[in-house]
Amino acid sequence: MNLGEPSSLTVSKIRNGTVIDHIPAGKALLVLRILGITGREGLRTAVLMNVESKKLGRKDIIKIEGRELTSDEVNVIALVAPSATINIIRNYTVYKKLKVTIPQEIRGFIRCPNPTCITNRRREGLVTRFRVVKREPLTLQCVYCGTMITQEELEDLISM
Amino acid sequence: MGFQGRDVISILDFTRNDLEELFEVADYYLRNRRAYTLLQDYVVALAFFEPSTRTRLSFETAAKLLGAKVIGFTSEEGTSIAKGESLADTIRMLDAYADIIVIRHRYEGTALFAAEIAEDPVINAGDGKQHHPTQAMLDLYTVRRLFGTIDGLTYAVVGDLRYGRAASSFIYGLTLFKPRKIYLVSPPLLRARPEVLETLRERGVKFEEASRVDDVIEDVDVLYVTRIQKERFPDPIEYERVKGSYRITLKLLEKGKRELKVLHPLPKVDEIEPAVDSSRYAAYFTQASFGVPVRMALLSLIAGVRP
Repeated sequence: MNLGEPSSLTVSKIRNGTVIDHIPAGKALLVLRILGITGREGLRTAVLMNVESKKLGRKDIIKIEGRELTSDEVNVIALVAPSATINIIRNYTVYKKLKVTIPQEIRGFIRCPNPTCITNRRREGLVTRFRVVKREPLTLQCVYCGTMITQEELEDLISM
Repeated sequence: MGFQGRDVISILDFTRNDLEELFEVADYYLRNRRAYTLLQDYVVALAFFEPSTRTRLSFETAAKLLGAKVIGFTSEEGTSIAKGESLADTIRMLDAYADIIVIRHRYEGTALFAAEIAEDPVINAGDGKQHHPTQAMLDLYTVRRLFGTIDGLTYAVVGDLRYGRAASSFIYGLTLFKPRKIYLVSPPLLRARPEVLETLRERGVKFEEASRVDDVIEDVDVLYVTRIQKERFPDPIEYERVKGSYRITLKLLEKGKRELKVLHPLPKVDEIEPAVDSSRYAAYFTQASFGVPVRMALLSLIAGVRP
């Protein structure tokens, strides 16, 4: 993890937690939203946006102290940041590196845009389910009501 | 996979073999119309949160002819949902009282949700604009009875393909067979939903979207007409713009093949000229009558019994 690129924007290493690197520039806040991190949890979190990257030109980085992401959480990040890499940090060193892949079915995280989908009946407290119909370009389908959504529509449908 | 104990959520959950088995049993009930005791230990719950005439009555007739006891309701008002009870709790109660749950609701996905909660088999009798699998079963059965086959025919599905669940389910059902071609005829505002078109593409079914029945009538064997689903329009102005935008007349049908048959899931309003009703083209009343033997076949196969 080298943040000493020309940006000169330095953030200290974390002891234990997660570093999400190679997030497409400008998507860090969306990734935080997927992870449900609002800042009120009290986790020490660093969000770097639009820093230089050899691979992406510009990229965002998120460092979260004190929380290791699960593979389910990691995979949902792929919906908005397919290029992201995840480093789980233990005792200042990279304990595990994870690549993100969109799971075949996504539970929760996404709201169905169809107002008469059963998942939008608040009273029922249903968790949404979307299956991946196509990966390129990304197309998802609500398992309950059949509505299809595209990559462009997705970002507005990521719910807290 | 077989039918016993199975949920019926979408026609796409079934195979051609499943449907052929169902149709054979339906043939038996059609020929041998009498009261049975096959389901005498069964309680069938008819949970209709939305209005219905044919579907509810034919399910009730089917269940009763098989000897089952029938419980249920015909609107939300009569239930504790009106008091604020969740649908999930209502389903749990039905699951405790009955052995098979038949459900209709205006929200898409309700039947699947109910099936996730209930231990009993759940039959979708219509969920919003999405699925109406038992209607598709009897529609396909009707075609098979009329033509001796479902394969190789040319179909035109006409009307409200956007909000009509019977139309969508019929189209889905056809993808299990080998139709020669399906024309999807509708006003531009009421075109088939993206997921329906995607299913046709995925399953390699030849289809074409059209705006006027006139343009395709000569090519068609089965004209499947549907009503504009006024109740599902989010905007009444939109409904005003499309209402009365198509009408099937006897004159129009006479341009078609001699053996052409008109199907309609009913209720119809003004989309078919009354003169068609008594013509050789009209098959929709026969179609509606097949609701009973087909649903008898479905209920008995789900219960794991055969006549």
